[in-house]
Amino acid sequence: MYGNDFAEPDDPGAGPLNAADGGAVEAAAAHVDTKAQQGLETFDAIIAADQRIEPRDAMPEEYRQTLIRQIAQHAHSEIIGMQPEGNWITRAPSLRRKAILIAKVQDEAGHGLYLYSAAETLGIDREELLDRLHTGKQKYSSIFNYPTLTWADCGAIGWLVDGAAIMNQVPLCRCSYGPYARAMIRTCKEESFHQRQGFELLWELMRGTPEQQAMAQDATNRWWWPALAMFGPRDTGEHAVTGGHTEQSMAWGIKRFSNDDLRQKFVDMTVPQAQRLGVKIPDPDLKWNAERGHYDFGEIDWDEFWRVIKGDGACNSARIERRVTSHQQGAWVREAAAAYAAKQRQRAGAGAQAGAADGEGSAA
Amino acid sequence: MSEGTLPLFEVFVRAKRGLSHVHVGSVHAPDATMAVRNARDLYTRRQEGVSIWVVAASDIVASSPDEKDSFFDPAGDKIYRHPTFYDVPEDVEYL
Ligand SMILES: [Fe+2]
Ligand SMILES: [Fe+2]
Repeated sequence: MYGNDFAEPDDPGAGPLNAADGGAVEAAAAHVDTKAQQGLETFDAIIAADQRIEPRDAMPEEYRQTLIRQIAQHAHSEIIGMQPEGNWITRAPSLRRKAILIAKVQDEAGHGLYLYSAAETLGIDREELLDRLHTGKQKYSSIFNYPTLTWADCGAIGWLVDGAAIMNQVPLCRCSYGPYARAMIRTCKEESFHQRQGFELLWELMRGTPEQQAMAQDATNRWWWPALAMFGPRDTGEHAVTGGHTEQSMAWGIKRFSNDDLRQKFVDMTVPQAQRLGVKIPDPDLKWNAERGHYDFGEIDWDEFWRVIKGDGACNSARIERRVTSHQQGAWVREAAAAYAAKQRQRAGAGAQAGAADGEGSAA
Repeated sequence: MSEGTLPLFEVFVRAKRGLSHVHVGSVHAPDATMAVRNARDLYTRRQEGVSIWVVAASDIVASSPDEKDSFFDPAGDKIYRHPTFYDVPEDVEYL
């Protein structure tokens, strides 16, 4: 869901978006002409050659809508993701930690903006996307509906949540849609600082007092399972759905690995880090499987996962309320800036007219 | 909340002296001056640039992907514009 696309089984909002929204209808109409067929053949050829689709290329309407939904959800996750850590900025334990945290949260805002910018190239308006977030028509990653109870949570988020985000986002740097892939390249360059500062934060706590060590362990206990759930529902083996999201997104080159493969990679990467850190991963079934060459791990509580996505997490309503309030409270800034720009344009217009009149005068 | 979307500007950044400005993405802003500032905050937080251009997205004129073939084809058969077209003896240096 964080750089992923899947629909709730019974969520009407997750289906194809209304094509009449946000200019998509004109875009669609433009493609329904004699050139449409030819354009789609070109699309197939570009995908087959593993090249990139660019904004003005012809593309199937479902490809466009899938990308709008996925990129928008990804963007929403980035900006909602500012809140759990933003919660600790005023209480960071040192100036160094405060500066790091501010920079990290600002980066997340930036990731959101890179992604909204990419989504807009598909012919949808940014205000419309924000509106869909504010009204619950589009979701964001369920991970951000969990609370940040202690300072150690900032470490666990950087280490586990950004770690999982990186795992999801690196393959998206090769996504078939050019603007999305480019946004991911910028984002991934910035994410490694996020993961490292989180690990370092926990590393310091683990070398501190018994209380600090307990705090780091407690944060690991609470964030481990939600971080695994970030990769989305199971989608391989008996869980593979023919004609499902994963299959279609893979065929289109939007998705490069299954949810389960990415989750496995994440576990394999993270377990040795936990050992080095000295925290225990809260999974009694976790053990190395020499035959597979991977760690085996326990089953995620999928009921909880769907419950939190559907709004029943600890912070769902607080997150959206905070988001809507800050958007509303920022309205006067946008209005003032627009009014100033309008006045400047008017003055420039008046000046140009006066200048033109002078010019005529001197020519005569 | 019906202030509407602010105008869209495309952003180009010169990574360092000696390189061209390269398109990096877009920002919304009420005017070009603010667009430059927003672009600074968004695209150069880690000194990724020494210069920024912004262009109102509505001012960009582009070739059409639909006429890609007819538009670029005239260059297709002029292979004599490439140095590899020419047959010269192999033992002549610096050619
Ligand atoms: Fe991010
Ligand atoms: Fe991050």
